[in-house]
Amino acid sequence: MLEEEKIALLKRELIEYATLVEAMIDKSIRGLVNKERDVLIEVIEKDEPKTNDFEIKLDELCTVVIAQYQPKGKWLRTVLMVLKINNDLERMADHVANIAESGLSLIEERPTIKSFNEILQMAELTKGMLKKSIDSFVQEDSQLAYDVCTRDNMVDELRNLARKEILGGMCVDASTVETSLNVLRIARNLERIADLSTNIGEDVIFMVEGKVIKHKTDKI
Amino acid sequence: MKNKLTQHLGFLFLWIAIIPALFFLGTIIYFVCVKGISIISWEFLTEVPRRGMTEGGVAPAIVGTLYLTMGAILFSLPLGLACAIYLCEYSPAGYVVNVIRMSINNLAGVPSVVFGLFGLAVFVKFLGFGVSILSGSLTLGIMVLPQIISASQEALIAVPQSYREASLALGATHWQTIKKIVLPSALPGILTGVILSIGRAAGETAPILFTAATFYTRGYPDSIFSEVMALPYHIYALMTEGTHPEKQTEIAYGCALILMLLVLLMSALAIFLRQRQRSFYGK
Amino acid sequence: MENSIEIKAEEINFYYGTKQALKNINLEIYEKQVTALIGPSGCGKSTFIRLLNRMNDLIPHNRVEGKIYFEGQNIFEENVDVVSLRRRVGMVFQKPNPFPKTIFENVSYGLEVNRIRNKQTIEEKVISSLNQAALWKEVKDRLHDSALGLSGGQQQRLCIARCLAVEPHVILFDEPCASLDPISTRSIEELILDLKKYYTIVIVTHNMQQAARISDFTAFLYLGELIEFGPTEKLFTVPKQKMTEEYLTGKFG
Repeated sequence: MLEEEKIALLKRELIEYATLVEAMIDKSIRGLVNKERDVLIEVIEKDEPKTNDFEIKLDELCTVVIAQYQPKGKWLRTVLMVLKINNDLERMADHVANIAESGLSLIEERPTIKSFNEILQMAELTKGMLKKSIDSFVQEDSQLAYDVCTRDNMVDELRNLARKEILGGMCVDASTVETSLNVLRIARNLERIADLSTNIGEDVIFMVEGKVIKHKTDKI
Repeated sequence: MKNKLTQHLGFLFLWIAIIPALFFLGTIIYFVCVKGISIISWEFLTEVPRRGMTEGGVAPAIVGTLYLTMGAILFSLPLGLACAIYLCEYSPAGYVVNVIRMSINNLAGVPSVVFGLFGLAVFVKFLGFGVSILSGSLTLGIMVLPQIISASQEALIAVPQSYREASLALGATHWQTIKKIVLPSALPGILTGVILSIGRAAGETAPILFTAATFYTRGYPDSIFSEVMALPYHIYALMTEGTHPEKQTEIAYGCALILMLLVLLMSALAIFLRQRQRSFYGK
Repeated sequence: MENSIEIKAEEINFYYGTKQALKNINLEIYEKQVTALIGPSGCGKSTFIRLLNRMNDLIPHNRVEGKIYFEGQNIFEENVDVVSLRRRVGMVFQKPNPFPKTIFENVSYGLEVNRIRNKQTIEEKVISSLNQAALWKEVKDRLHDSALGLSGGQQQRLCIARCLAVEPHVILFDEPCASLDPISTRSIEELILDLKKYYTIVIVTHNMQQAARISDFTAFLYLGELIEFGPTEKLFTVPKQKMTEEYLTGKFG
């Protein structure tokens, strides 16, 4: 196979992987909202192992591409970024599994409506960020990537809000501690997923423009 | 600085060395032309000699030379080429091949009169062909054989081995490779050998002295078993046995001129063919 | 999917006079795959590939021990028709060597020597071979010009077309890009990737990157011995032998 073709294959595999993770987020939030145990269990027992397989496959593929073609310039950056995004996606999948687990616990007891809404908002934002970051990778559009990086702040704020509320609630009513902790956990994991999406955005900018903007996203 | 001077002197010396060669060549051509041109005429070229070689023309001698030369080439070219092909393409490298090659080179060094004696003994007497075009052609043929073999060998060796490999790799046999690729490529070189041989065969006197040539024939030869007049022999005979020296000297020079032109013509033809072959294949 | 074996070399030892050039080579060439032979100069890769179509027969004082199986028969047996073998196992050489003939005649040569006389058949085969070798467009208006007027890369593709015309099963490439510029090299590489759909290909190359790019299997030879053989992806990422690793990282050769 020619170099271009193999790298195109690499990108396709990565996109498939990312699509799976997106679907997982969807399912875990839906399962939580609609109290569907089976969906949440599916996320934990079927989808998450699949992502591990994807990760290994992509790692191997990247290694082979580097060995076979010694890519240079943009293609080198592409392959390296695929490796990094691969890693980020795997961690995201872990976080989604955590969300699903917490979701299972919460099915028994529904928390206060207010903080739950914030969770749902965060989930929407986070999903959007992930999708946009993957889109920016597919389309090699650094503008989209920049957008993702700026969104991160909003997610952080929402999380802080939810945290305040939940802490407040726990102080008032001790019986809600376990529920609150699970909600907190979900919030934390969503925030981590948003962070990782930002990472992906930064990686895409490096791939497309060769510019490193890590650790500087607040200055954009 | 000294190196440059030495180089200039060296080249100058080489230039000077060419002059004697050009001088002699020029002198001979001039001499023959001047002395012989006066006798050249249509009659001279096309009629049989009359009145004891003092009148008429030398047409039979011209024809005789042509027959002898063509006969020599007809005999030696296929034989010499086959020999060269065997030596270059088929025989395994080794002792035997070297012995054969050495023998051929030795053959080239044999004096031409010895060839004449050989021809007399074998073709004229032993095989009973008598003094004839046949005997003369065969004798001349043997004389130029080494030349043809040498030139052909060199031409065959010069064909790049990569052509042979390419041909064999396509599933051609050894002979197909030789016939379709090697020989056509080697043709210019082989023709060179033919050119040189034509010149030699046409101009040699000693080999045809005892085997083919005679001073006077009534007309043109009617078979390969007839004796024949030949230009080189005619010159010799006119100068040594002629009865009318002044007139015959003139005729002799005329013959010399014709002989030179004839050889030139045949060479030119071979060169032309060689050039055409070369230019097509873009060598 | 199991690959079927097209050629199998068993315990091959090869001698030039008294010098041993190949030692106990055991190698399998898989059907419709590209197998690359790599190694430093003098490692025997050219010698080995030339055994596959018995071109080494042309070298005086050569001796072969061992067997090479092709189409169910050991090609070194007495009754093997070498001429027929060479038609089925074609070869493209290091330096392009078109015949001093026209482009058309070059490609039709193989058909001629195999006694195909029908003019129509010949013409069709010439056109299809030139097409397969990705040369047709460039030469279709000058089929009767001398082949020696083509550029290096074109000449090499002509040699490939010439080889394809006799419909071989296997094509051997002996460092086909060694004397070509990078652009011609790339076009030959693309061509090889295309050809492997229909032919089994063995390629000798001193350029290991080339082997990495286009081959499915790679054999690494050193001083006449087969050091390692395996799928290209594995050999270049996790070589099993230390010597292979050293060669790949440029420690020698």
